[in-house]
Amino acid sequence: MSTTEKASLARAGRGPLGALEDGWVVAQRNLVKIKRVPEVLVFVLISPIMFVLLFAFVFGGAIDPGDGSNYREFLIGGIFAQTVVFGATFTGAGLAEDMQKGIIDRFRSLPMSPSAVLVGRTTSDVVYNVLSLIIMALTGLLIGWRVREGVLDMLAGFGLLLLFAYAVSWVMAYVGLLVPSVEVINNASFIVIMPLTFVSNAFVPLESFSGVLRQFVLWNPVSALTQASRELFGNTSPASAPDAWSMQHPVLYTLLWVVLILVVFVPLSVNRYRRATSR
Amino acid sequence: MTAMISARGLTKRFKDVEALSGLDLDVPEGTVLALLGPNGAGKTTSVRCLTTLLRPDSGTATVAGADVLADPDLVRSRIGLSGQYAAVDEHLTGFENLVMVGRLYGLGRQRSRERAQELLERFDLTDAGGRPSKTYSGGMRRRLDLAGALVASPPVLVLDEPTTGLDPRSRLQMWDVIRDLVAGGATLLLTTQYLEEADRLADDIVVIDHGREIARGTADELKARTGGERVEIVLADGSHAEAVRSVLATVAVGEVGVEENGRELTAAVEGGVLALQRVLTGVQELPGVEVLDVGLRRPTLDDVFLTLTGHAAETDTSDETAEATR
Repeated sequence: MSTTEKASLARAGRGPLGALEDGWVVAQRNLVKIKRVPEVLVFVLISPIMFVLLFAFVFGGAIDPGDGSNYREFLIGGIFAQTVVFGATFTGAGLAEDMQKGIIDRFRSLPMSPSAVLVGRTTSDVVYNVLSLIIMALTGLLIGWRVREGVLDMLAGFGLLLLFAYAVSWVMAYVGLLVPSVEVINNASFIVIMPLTFVSNAFVPLESFSGVLRQFVLWNPVSALTQASRELFGNTSPASAPDAWSMQHPVLYTLLWVVLILVVFVPLSVNRYRRATSR
Repeated sequence: MTAMISARGLTKRFKDVEALSGLDLDVPEGTVLALLGPNGAGKTTSVRCLTTLLRPDSGTATVAGADVLADPDLVRSRIGLSGQYAAVDEHLTGFENLVMVGRLYGLGRQRSRERAQELLERFDLTDAGGRPSKTYSGGMRRRLDLAGALVASPPVLVLDEPTTGLDPRSRLQMWDVIRDLVAGGATLLLTTQYLEEADRLADDIVVIDHGREIARGTADELKARTGGERVEIVLADGSHAEAVRSVLATVAVGEVGVEENGRELTAAVEGGVLALQRVLTGVQELPGVEVLDVGLRRPTLDDVFLTLTGHAAETDTSDETAEATR
């Protein structure tokens, strides 16, 4: 048996540092795709620009944010939130593709950390979100959006958006491991993410909802994320925040959701990955 | 000799399909075992259970001294798997693919790069090493995938249908590569649908069907059981079938098969060419018999199956087409 052990170059069980390294190796592998297929990136970046322009110029005249501010200023925080949440679809699609192409069998037959494929995927998608936030912010600046708080608040705003997006990535990672093909993931995520982002204060003010819908909007984490980014960028005054705990403490409420999602979906996805086989 | 792969009573059920029903396997160190069977026989399921990708419902297995169920991580550090579909990242270059695998085996950056270069050279991929693997031919992708399995020089290699879907030339190349590995002392478990492949590469063959073993032995032993080579003769007219059958019967081992209204006759023979000669002489002496075609062929998986189970291998052709188009 001793000759056998010597023969293999591999090291099993490399501890937490090994897990981080594995995750980084997978993330690098995903990021190479940006270099090799730049078209993907182009579309990732064009769609937020399109959203900014569509809402600003199509609905801009019809919607009054109600607190005296102008709609374009009101809009950008919502677009930020919507785009980074939608970005999570990428995570699911990437994993579904890995399953379909069989490379997941290669990964699972290697003595690597069982979370590495998921950590790597969710991490590389943060890079996509950073890029689309930059593009959206620039587009926003062009149409009249301004950051009216300090640099630290601004960084906190972007940080919160990325953190929430990261958490949602883990939800979509789980979905990506469940669905039978890449095509399904786009529809599946649409069904979940569309209502979450549209039944929120992202595009229209809270006042336009009533009854049950209003309660949903108030406690929808996307609303809190939107409210938090508007406050941190100085596009709305915290004093005019709706009278609900979630809206009065939007940063804290968003962070609670981040923790909740990660606590539920990280173990769920890793467990699912351990049992996944390619299709 | 130590068994490098040893499995006892493996079972696995998928909903209403019994994929494995009590499979035992032993692969001594430095030998090659071929798992031979048609599509759906349980070959891939066996491979997945032994490589820790799938948990068997019952049974035990050890691979390279590590328990598949109790210590899957140790198993993974001692095996190399090359699957049915080349599991390479198409956006990465050949070199990048191998470096990635090396790092995930824990070889470290520098060693992974050296190892990738060595393997590209060994598999004749040095020139293509800098190109994204999606530009590779099917044969090149399989070689890259196999190279991936070898990155950590694991003592045990598992190859799941390494040549399915390859053109004949790539298949021959792949066989050469595999023979080299075996000559280098690797212990290998190989699955295949082709008796010829098992014959060329394996020391021992286990024939499986419906998740259970139906025969095992060396290629020669199996062929002896199926009666070695076949003489096949095609007649212009079925009315002479009986006369030709009696000629074939003089050299046949077992029954003479008659099909297509007496126009096609097949007999398992011993002595190959000599038997063929005797058949030809015998048939020439028959008045009025026109022979369209005559030949000697090696037994196929179908022949093995027919002999061992009494039914032809139920190869799911629709499934195969689907695989080929992937």
